[in-house]
Amino acid sequence: MANDIKLKVENINKSFPGVKALDDVSFRVKAGTVHVICGENGAGKSTLMKIINGIYKEDSGNILINGEKVKINNPIEARNFGISMIFQELNYMPEMTIEESLFIGNWPKDKYRKVDWKEIRRRTLDLLKKEGLDYSPTTKLKDLTVSDIQMLEILKAISYNAGIIIMDEPTSAITDKEVAILFKKINELRERGTAIIYISHKMDEIFKIADEITVFRDGAVVDSRPKEEYDMDTVIAQMVGRKLAGNYPNKDLEIGEEILNVKNLSGQAFKDVSFNLRKGEIIGFAGLMGAGRTEVMRALFGLDPHYGGEIVLNGKKSQIESPKDSIKEKMVMLSEDRRRYGIIPIRSVKENVSLSNLRRFIYGGRLRTKEEVETVEEYCEKMNVKTPNIETNIENLSGGNQQKVILAKWMVTEPEILILDEPTRGIDVGAKFEIYKLMVELAEEGKGIIMISSELPELIGMCDRIYVMAKGNIMGKLEKEEFSQEKIMSFATSQTKG
Amino acid sequence: MEKKRSKLSFKNIGSRYSIYFVLLALFILSWLANENFMTPNNLKNVANQISVGTILAFGQTILIISGMLDLSSASVLALSGVISVSVYTNTESLILAFLVAILISVLCNILNGLMVTKFKAPPFIATLAMMTMARGAALLYTNGQNIYQIGDYVKFGQGSTLGIPNPMIFLVIILLLTGYLLKNTAFGRSIYAIGGNEEAANASGIDVNKTKMKAFIINGIFVGIAGVIFMSRVNGGLPNGAVGYEFKALTAAVIGGTSFTGGIGTATGTLAGAFIVGFLDNIMVMMSVNSYLQQVVRGAIIALAVIYDIWAKTKRTKKVK
Repeated sequence: MANDIKLKVENINKSFPGVKALDDVSFRVKAGTVHVICGENGAGKSTLMKIINGIYKEDSGNILINGEKVKINNPIEARNFGISMIFQELNYMPEMTIEESLFIGNWPKDKYRKVDWKEIRRRTLDLLKKEGLDYSPTTKLKDLTVSDIQMLEILKAISYNAGIIIMDEPTSAITDKEVAILFKKINELRERGTAIIYISHKMDEIFKIADEITVFRDGAVVDSRPKEEYDMDTVIAQMVGRKLAGNYPNKDLEIGEEILNVKNLSGQAFKDVSFNLRKGEIIGFAGLMGAGRTEVMRALFGLDPHYGGEIVLNGKKSQIESPKDSIKEKMVMLSEDRRRYGIIPIRSVKENVSLSNLRRFIYGGRLRTKEEVETVEEYCEKMNVKTPNIETNIENLSGGNQQKVILAKWMVTEPEILILDEPTRGIDVGAKFEIYKLMVELAEEGKGIIMISSELPELIGMCDRIYVMAKGNIMGKLEKEEFSQEKIMSFATSQTKG
Repeated sequence: MEKKRSKLSFKNIGSRYSIYFVLLALFILSWLANENFMTPNNLKNVANQISVGTILAFGQTILIISGMLDLSSASVLALSGVISVSVYTNTESLILAFLVAILISVLCNILNGLMVTKFKAPPFIATLAMMTMARGAALLYTNGQNIYQIGDYVKFGQGSTLGIPNPMIFLVIILLLTGYLLKNTAFGRSIYAIGGNEEAANASGIDVNKTKMKAFIINGIFVGIAGVIFMSRVNGGLPNGAVGYEFKALTAAVIGGTSFTGGIGTATGTLAGAFIVGFLDNIMVMMSVNSYLQQVVRGAIIALAVIYDIWAKTKRTKKVK
């Protein structure tokens, strides 16, 4: 039983207009193992998973479950085959309660075929207790954090008793503590004989959890081996098809004068936050989820109101009440929630890029399309955006490319201060390195960069100074020579100011 | 980045311009079906008949693209129309009457805009309230009586300039203006962005409230002009006139490919939508189709247009990675 092949795909091909997404892909997952799939964004991992889950239809090839050839036409059929998928980008109904969401589509009924709410309550409480989660069944999803909701998604899949569970970057938005809970759960599932497909970019995580590793590149399988035969460098090299020269680019420049000074800023979820930023500097904000880092930056950028304190830009006190004001002051923010605050779906790459600085293309009230196209193409090229052309609908690009489009949008505004909130979340190693390189280039041009990240190695590798937040306060400030993961974590988990 | 121009394959042309093919097909079929269809007089009639509804439809198009709509347009048309007519009968000034119509209509739309932006009322509810208020105000102002003997006022809707009927001149000007606003101005880009994703538009530095207000004001200008043409065409100030025209306008916009979820739509699409409805009505009358059946057909066309819109959109968002 333990090493039976649970799921097998053979010679899968899939094309989208203009792109071959999967090229003769074959691989298999054994029961009772965790099979990690890695690859850069756009390598074809998500496409294959969506085919397995019945969202896309393959052009050719076979899918076998327990040795039997099957046709999976939609996610409901996939679920009936025992396949459960946890998506990277969660779609949820904010007005729904926890218990409603856990049993959606799968409601227990009483003998009159009426939904049995008592049974739902009982089972929800059982499940929450068993998983050691402290939620109330009647809490609405809109009152939960992203990590809570993700945890619930994982619970839901577990509650189906799925034989094959696909997890698409399940840890990209949850804390270390929750990751530990998740891994414990995955180990339990492995012992019960569940086949788990685990997509991730995080190397340490991959080697912690994997039994086998398959690497995708450009829509094809590069290699597939047991974990023991792999090491980190090999995986990265196979993913990008080349060796990365060092993990973080070197920065070589003089730090200039101060361009931003935030004094005692207070808002809804933070209090008395003070920090400063100089030209050419990259400063980091570390902290656990819910520490208030994003909230500070949202207030600074004008997305949320602030109640007290001062924002001093280039020595001048400024009144920022909206993102428009902030952009005018040459300060821009890349949001952690790309779908909500980043892209305009159904519109083209071009319109997304030019949106924040339309004035640049307007002479005498008229939008000059020629200048617009030239500029957009120039910045897309600079950001290395992979798109058939700039008239392509932005939703047709992979996540990493969408992120680069948003960066291109901000570059068009010629900012002096960039706030980057989790700029590399859910982005593959190659694209990450591109973004690091870009950050360094921008710093060398004299721009100031504020980076929020939950990945400590990234902060330590990139930043000149790190502020650590917890419970809406800045708990500590570390200069480059003091950086260490331990110090950051001790501030992040401390209860009083250090 | 690879530089490739979007290919003009047959399939691409087919889906992008399908509405115009439908219009062309309808035109040819009508021509074949009835010999009186393809006469200059009849075509001029159709164009005149659809002018008021189509001008309203351009306002609706701008609003729907930005994720809103205007249920009050026909009522505001009536209010600004009757006031305009009475201004004319009292002052004999065509220009003053014309400007007053626009002024009243813009004021009503500023109120719509305030409800939507300042008080965060959903556009459906805000303009529903305005629809009832404006109609009531029109009846109140005229005491429920039609105003007749409007003299030269009829020139707006029944006269011609250089041989071209005035309503058609207004229609073309507003078509060009709408197309220009949508394509070649920051305002146009902003409303597509707001309709596509309001929060992201705000985070990109678009002043969402100001842009929505502008959309309502532009709609107000169009509705005011439509009011003048309507009253002029019916030879009087009719406080109960143009009932249901807001839905005619919405129909033209939707058939023309404007998406009710926002972010998609064009001026020429709406024009094509209006002509599809116009030709269809015209040919059904000529063929003496039962008038109740006509209504069923009109409804079915809307349903088809919406189904096509949704189908085309799912096709548009297929991943290419």
